[in-house]
Amino acid sequence: MAKHSPQNMAVATSLGGTSDIVRMSDVRFRWPGRRSFSLTIDSFVVPAGERILLTGPSGSGKSTFLSLLCGIITPQSGRLEVLGADTAKLSNAARDQFRAEHFGIIFQMFNLLPYGTITDNVLLPLSFSAKRRKRAGENGSIEAEALRLLDSLGLETEELHGMSTASLSVGQQQRVAGARALIGRPEIIVADEPTSSLDRDRQDAFLDLLSAEAAEAGAAVIMVSHDEALGSHFDHVLRLEDVAVTARRAAA
Amino acid sequence: MIVPRLALQSLRNRALTASLTVLAIAFSVMLLLGVEKVRTGARQSFADTISGTDLIVGARSGGIQLLLYSVFRIGNATNNITWKSLEDIANQPEVAWVVPLSLGDSHHGFRVLGTTSDYFKHYKYRHGQPITFAQGKPSDDLFDAVIGADVAKALGYKVGDSIIVAHGTGSISFVEHKDKPFRVSGILERTGTPIDRTVHVSLEAIEAIHIDWKQGIPMPGQSVSADEVRTMSLKPKAVTAALIGLKSKIATFKLQRMINEYRQEPLSAIIPGLTLQELWQLVGTAETALSVVSAMVVATALLGMVTMILTTLNERRREMAILRSVGARPATVLGLLATEAGLLTLAGVILGAILLYAALAVLQPYVDRAYGLHLSINPPTYREWITLGAIVLAGFLAGLIPAARAYRLSLADGMMVRT
Repeated sequence: MAKHSPQNMAVATSLGGTSDIVRMSDVRFRWPGRRSFSLTIDSFVVPAGERILLTGPSGSGKSTFLSLLCGIITPQSGRLEVLGADTAKLSNAARDQFRAEHFGIIFQMFNLLPYGTITDNVLLPLSFSAKRRKRAGENGSIEAEALRLLDSLGLETEELHGMSTASLSVGQQQRVAGARALIGRPEIIVADEPTSSLDRDRQDAFLDLLSAEAAEAGAAVIMVSHDEALGSHFDHVLRLEDVAVTARRAAA
Repeated sequence: MIVPRLALQSLRNRALTASLTVLAIAFSVMLLLGVEKVRTGARQSFADTISGTDLIVGARSGGIQLLLYSVFRIGNATNNITWKSLEDIANQPEVAWVVPLSLGDSHHGFRVLGTTSDYFKHYKYRHGQPITFAQGKPSDDLFDAVIGADVAKALGYKVGDSIIVAHGTGSISFVEHKDKPFRVSGILERTGTPIDRTVHVSLEAIEAIHIDWKQGIPMPGQSVSADEVRTMSLKPKAVTAALIGLKSKIATFKLQRMINEYRQEPLSAIIPGLTLQELWQLVGTAETALSVVSAMVVATALLGMVTMILTTLNERRREMAILRSVGARPATVLGLLATEAGLLTLAGVILGAILLYAALAVLQPYVDRAYGLHLSINPPTYREWITLGAIVLAGFLAGLIPAARAYRLSLADGMMVRT
């Protein structure tokens, strides 16, 4: 059952814990140039293996928040630690490498490269992370692991084998994206409205399977959605506006 | 390596536009290489106009002028050289053979050349290739003529036809040697040299048709018939120029100096190869222009490729975001697009080269026959390899334009997947 947490609940339950996966404090970010949109995160902590849903309407800074979390952009000030590493202090290349090793990311839609087979898409992160490639190959070939993940996310792998991604339905595409995020057992799964284009039954089925696979891999799940009804699949539900304060100013 | 594989897959996904781009580059490369082949072929054909002749001697004039009238049948000699001087030269110990040339008459715009039968023996073109007969044989009668391939084709002559030689070298002449018609005894194979446009008669025949002339006009009341002339002495008193072959090439400069300093008569001697090069430098500007034009066509094709990649860029922003999300660096995204451009160009260059060689193989015999232009089918020269390599590099670098844009977009987009 979903429980609406007070603003700093996630922080409060895990203060001082060494097993925290994400810790943000006093993070400030402003888009450079004319996009004078700024975001402030006083405190945000994710303990290992937790599943957290962040809810908020569009325009509440979801994309900026996730970009910061995944290290695609870096804050102008504050501390941002992922797995104990201050990602803001890493070089750009090292931060990209860090993301490849530790993050599995699922977008809202259009998750797949239009070229290449389904398997190619699932195996894509392994080309950027040797660690994940090694882990994915622990119980056989990496292709077998890809098929196992696709299968456990509810795709009829025998029918789809070798198919191009263009012929998949949206629901199928999201499952392939889920398998890509999970392959090689990264520590953090980040999902940006992955179910917004699915109907309610399919949303639940997808999130059940994703949660189960993430739990098995011991990965934390951080998902953003405008839909609070999805909270039942998560350990905590936070409102994004309580975590991150956004401000817009007219261009200077 | 992930980048080349992704680039290949992405190109395969856009097979139609990609192959059209490759085709455009291929055609431009084919043009560039083709122009290069024609250029070297033309230069070679030009240089091959005359070979085996060590010196050309004529009345004192500029070297190019002497070459133009003696070999290319262009322009006129300033003066003749006397038979006595020629005999003097022929008697030099270094001289192996002398072929006298007598010019000044024409037939329907084609020059008539009076010479000896040694001409067909010693005149060589294209690396010592001899003149051969397509039909008939060399003259054995006084009024026999051997015509070049172009003359035969343009005027529709065959062996046995009768022709009348006109006095002077214009295509329309008012004074003709009507009383002494010639018979076509042989037609030469095409050589791609001015020989194709020449009517060859014997030196004695030139004397014979002018025996009753003085100062360029027939002497009234003194006409000598064709039969009468056969009984007369037809030893020429002067000729226009002469080709000289030496026993040893080492003596070339010595004999050239001797002729240039000949006291009895002002003479000039030229070394054909050197003067041909001088002449080529005059006409060589055109070849530079051709090269510049074809280089511009290649640049246009590369520009088309850049446009093609740029137009696909917007729809590929999500592809970039996906790659970034799985840990690809912006540099990888940059490399991906530049590699795509490089691969397109490489494919275009390879296809262009294949097309060119295929076209050469098919067209070479025809071009040789129709234009006397010999296009050699050789593997690309060092210079051509450099050119091809430079095109691929230019394509790769041109790919950096869309790549840099994709790089900026992927930084600005962050985690947002735009559609």
